[in-house]
Amino acid sequence: MAKTKTRDRMKNEINAGSMADIAFLLLIFFLVTTTIVEDKGILVKLPPWSEEEPDITKLKERNVFSVLVNAQNQLLVRNEPALVGDLRERAKEFISNPAKREDLAEKPTKAIISLKNDRGTNYKTYLEVYNELKAAYDELWDDLCQRQYGKPYSDELPIAIRRDIRSQIPMVLSEAEPTNFGEE
Amino acid sequence: MAKFSKKRGKSKPEVSTASLPDIIFMLLFFFMVVTVLRDSELKVNVVTPYATALTKLEEKSLVNYLYIGKPVKKYVETYGTKPRLQLGDKFATVEDIPLFLEKHKIKVPEAKHGRITSSLRVDGKVTMGIVQDVKTKLRKSGQLRVNYSAKARPQ
Repeated sequence: MAKTKTRDRMKNEINAGSMADIAFLLLIFFLVTTTIVEDKGILVKLPPWSEEEPDITKLKERNVFSVLVNAQNQLLVRNEPALVGDLRERAKEFISNPAKREDLAEKPTKAIISLKNDRGTNYKTYLEVYNELKAAYDELWDDLCQRQYGKPYSDELPIAIRRDIRSQIPMVLSEAEPTNFGEE
Repeated sequence: MAKFSKKRGKSKPEVSTASLPDIIFMLLFFFMVVTVLRDSELKVNVVTPYATALTKLEEKSLVNYLYIGKPVKKYVETYGTKPRLQLGDKFATVEDIPLFLEKHKIKVPEAKHGRITSSLRVDGKVTMGIVQDVKTKLRKSGQLRVNYSAKARPQ
């Protein structure tokens, strides 16, 4: 027991000089393995499954904005060939119908966008089209929110405001069962 | 001038490195916290397309991933070049989706079941056929919150 007493307590220290090296080693390991993945995408709410196809022929023709994409990735918008680049503006005009034209939607709540693609359509094209349609709604919501609440539409807004905006311009995007002409 | 330079020369300007480990540890902890160790090795090539109307996925634990793409070189001999579906870390068929979703669901607290999102990470070159089959299966399984994974288009 006496031995321990004679020991100089001040020298009972672990050399911490290599601590930095150990930490560095760990740091480099985590630096290498880290993938700061930020997953972004287009959030979609699929309709619940039902055996029957929704029948859009019952609707008034002026309220339906039909978009068809074929296996060659070409677009047919309201029975006329169109380009993806024009889709957003046309969809916005269709939904809001500022000039009260006879052939566009009666009012935003009645507007329906019908999207139909082929099984041979490229996913990239499909997503581009979907993106444009979603963006059209986003911009309309933004405009409306700016007018009524004086701030841009975003997910941070209170849920009541968002509900209100979305009830004035509901996003109705119906996807029909795709055709099968060009699957490889 | 001479006065100043002489004084400087005599002193020993040493930066104390005693706090270096602390700094490094701080960095270390940062990276440890943000790191997500990738649990599944990708067996299919996935290059997601660009889009603009994006939403950010929040809670990672509420997301399950479905990969669709052509098998990578290693697996071309066994699985061919047709686009395939990958669930978790193995190739799967559309029929395996309900079980996959169920397995993910039991790990999530019941109150959050409604917020489970399926992230579809699909290669841009894939045709819609297989994507449609997956979508139909998801709808039949009652998994309706779907996220089409995409990259933000560079300005």
